[in-house]
Amino acid sequence: MSNNQFDSELDCQGLNCPLPILKTKKAMDGLSSGQILKMMATDPGSVNDVQSWTKRTGNPLMDHSEDNGVYSFLIQKK
Amino acid sequence: MSEDKPKRMALIASQGTLDWAYPPFILASTAAAMEMHVAVYFTFYGLTLLKKKISAKVAPHSNPAMPMKMPYGPKEFQNIEWPMPKMLMGNMPGFDTVATSLMKETFKKKGVATIEELREICIDSGVKLIGCQMTMDVFGFSQNEFVDGVEVGGAATFLEFAADSDIQLFI
Repeated sequence: MSNNQFDSELDCQGLNCPLPILKTKKAMDGLSSGQILKMMATDPGSVNDVQSWTKRTGNPLMDHSEDNGVYSFLIQKK
Repeated sequence: MSEDKPKRMALIASQGTLDWAYPPFILASTAAAMEMHVAVYFTFYGLTLLKKKISAKVAPHSNPAMPMKMPYGPKEFQNIEWPMPKMLMGNMPGFDTVATSLMKETFKKKGVATIEELREICIDSGVKLIGCQMTMDVFGFSQNEFVDGVEVGGAATFLEFAADSDIQLFI
């Protein structure tokens, strides 16, 4: 990912749906506006799920990438 | 695309086996995480999912399409789908208990949440859990057997919430 800056990190590797989204929501609730969460998951469904979640809640998905089966997301608190 | 008026989802949970317990709790917890207002109406066998201790089982003989795989052993072994003759499943005492343990073990290995975890997340995120008063009476369940925070009501209670909801599902 181009910009690696983040304020908080959440590891959801090994967790299956819906845990990555549920834990992301909880982590995001703890952030202030403007802060960025880095979330990692191994669940391939999380790519679409995170995009759906960020679209629905209005928290921008700044970047996402995949490296050897691990998906990383940078989500900003609106 | 966040809109001003939060979306609402109304679910009816009518089943109490382990496999049928997942859909309402997964949908409700995820919808709440997506900032929707959610109410789940538990009726008939679904009421058993409100008990303080959940003892939901899965019955292979009622689910002929169930893939039977072992959660143990080398990968090739785990990928085998065992053809289970229906007669065997129906007649073997304790088969349901074995199948339930294997399913729970599979879920644990694959990092799937337990029903209890999902229910707790639902309660923490403000999902309304409503017990059907009529089936509570019929089955002799009382509210103090249920987890805290369960409301009771009838069909009208559910329909009032559902009338103003965006998503309605019967499970």
